[in-house]
Amino acid sequence: MRKEFAHDELMMPGHLACQGCGGTIIMKHALRAVGPDAVCVIPACCWTIISGNFPYSALNVPVLHTAFATSGAAASGVRAGLDMQGKHDTKVLAFAGDGGTFDIGIQSLSGAAERNEDIIYICYDNEAYMNTGVQRSSATPERAWTTTTPVTHPKSGAKKNMIQILAGHKVPYCATANIAFPDDLYRKVRNAAEIKGTCFIHVLSPCPSGWKIPSEKAIEVSRLATHSKVFPIYEVYHGEEYKITMEPDEIPVSDYLKSQGRFRHLKEEDMDFIQERVDYEWKILLQRSMMEPFHMNF
Amino acid sequence: MKKVLMGNHAASWGVQLSRVKMISAYPITPQTHIVEELSEMCGDGSLDARFLKVESEHSAMASVIASQATGVRSFTASSSNGLALMHELLHWAAGARLPIVMVNVNRALAPGWNIWADQGDSLSQRDTGWIQIYVEDNQEVLDSVIQGYRIAESVDLPVMICYDAFFLSHTYEPVDIPSYDEVDAWLPPYTPTNHLDPEKPKSFYPLVMPDNYMEIKYKFQQAHEQAIGVIDEVGQSFGTSFDRYYGVVEAVQCEDADIILVTSGTITSPARLVLEEMRQKGEKVGLLKMRTFRPFPVKAVQQALNGAKKAIVVDRNCSWGKGGIFADEIKSAMSNTTDAPMIYSYIAGLGGRSITPDDIRGLIEEAIESDSPSSESVWKGLKL
Repeated sequence: MRKEFAHDELMMPGHLACQGCGGTIIMKHALRAVGPDAVCVIPACCWTIISGNFPYSALNVPVLHTAFATSGAAASGVRAGLDMQGKHDTKVLAFAGDGGTFDIGIQSLSGAAERNEDIIYICYDNEAYMNTGVQRSSATPERAWTTTTPVTHPKSGAKKNMIQILAGHKVPYCATANIAFPDDLYRKVRNAAEIKGTCFIHVLSPCPSGWKIPSEKAIEVSRLATHSKVFPIYEVYHGEEYKITMEPDEIPVSDYLKSQGRFRHLKEEDMDFIQERVDYEWKILLQRSMMEPFHMNF
Repeated sequence: MKKVLMGNHAASWGVQLSRVKMISAYPITPQTHIVEELSEMCGDGSLDARFLKVESEHSAMASVIASQATGVRSFTASSSNGLALMHELLHWAAGARLPIVMVNVNRALAPGWNIWADQGDSLSQRDTGWIQIYVEDNQEVLDSVIQGYRIAESVDLPVMICYDAFFLSHTYEPVDIPSYDEVDAWLPPYTPTNHLDPEKPKSFYPLVMPDNYMEIKYKFQQAHEQAIGVIDEVGQSFGTSFDRYYGVVEAVQCEDADIILVTSGTITSPARLVLEEMRQKGEKVGLLKMRTFRPFPVKAVQQALNGAKKAIVVDRNCSWGKGGIFADEIKSAMSNTTDAPMIYSYIAGLGGRSITPDDIRGLIEEAIESDSPSSESVWKGLKL
């Protein structure tokens, strides 16, 4: 099947990503959807490396590399600078990892979202600090192994729900996406590019070295995440209108967990616990998707 | 046009006259009037700028870095703990060679909570790569903001204009406000060397390997060395247009002086009074006002102090474990010179305590009596 994209390829060969890196696939689709009239903001994350070292760049859009905590603020500053030059159509794309979004960058993201800055913020979530060697973040799934949550005391507590946090800011558009469903991912970024205001897209980003999976399995494992309902794919408009955009196949979470070395230590009861939580979260999502949204008339 | 302005409003006027396009700031006492006035100016259209009301000083500096990188003149203001929170981004702004201008109202750092004058906040940012200018009165606040952009844009380095909390920030003085036409004729619109441009996609501030890093940093240091001359040139050029002259330092009657007072910020004003009085009595006293701290004007300091017998440095700051910071830097500047004076280092006025003409007179009398200075900074006015 030949897919028509709105724009040419803007990610060039010669980038420095590992094989099977989800973050690279996300960037490729995102830039095709956003197009060349864009400025990309990248905080400290894997993409600091992937984009290439001075004087090279793997991206055919201007890139502002910025400090770890500052994606939301830096994107706001780019927006303001472009607007003051009348460049209202130029898109601002912040592209940050889970550490830069869920943890150290949450304050500046919250500030930008509260001001409803006209930016697209994509979080490529590989569920730990992968660039520094797989340390846990608040995006790390419950009971997963990382180098700072060894199997003797794996990650405690649930993964932070960033979409809920962004929905709580009443931004015009939030969505989750998955590289196993590139049409859906592409459509969501296009959608974000058309919407004025803060758009937040949370994309699951498999990391073969951190998740302990073979690099050729990255997309397959990602697909299992959505079909097991561990990572449901949906949209939230104005923080209220929920739309599930991918019907899961209802496979057991153990299929997803057993596909990865970072969950190898889990016992049956751990998997049962995770299954219960996943089922519970899914029920909440279903209920929200059936609720009548509170429409704002201005 | 003459108006009676508080120092903070003088800063806002400087920003307006410089036709700044982007302002991003977070409120902190005693800086708040700057951003309140700028909000008014943006609101009533007298200043055509976007004002981002961000959620922290860290974000304020991150966003002005970003807007400046798109090629528009940008401004922020902070103080004390706010400036400390910006620290990481101060390095970023300077390393990125962005000609941002900011105001820092010098206020003590907590704990204990203290909102009054103290230079410890900006001086502890000395190695971030920002040009630092310390001003004495409200007229100089306004003039220095405008000069700040011309200096910054000449050398691609950010400039921090520093002045004392309350002694200037909240004190009203008559200020001559130049017209837009006059400032436009003197300060050309900003034309960036590089900017974020989708037509010419480039990667800004990426990973730099050891093969290139040192050369980039060498050019950064060279820009600072060049800035010393630029600050003097800009101050002279400003004087030609506005009849108020400035330089990296101001040396008052230093040529024949036996004893030279070295001051910065508002301490300079009472020192001027004492100088006049002492001269009338026939005492050969001079005054060196340190207007620039970074880049440090080594040659100007040597020129002013060489030949004097004693120099008295008054610091409203302390590098913990070392002593008065200006004194320390001046000692370093005078090393390996012949004919250097003995250097007396005093710490006074921390956390907003007043330094009166009497206090300064006392320091001079003490130095006249003394055969050699103490190797440590001497704290004056302690109530122990």
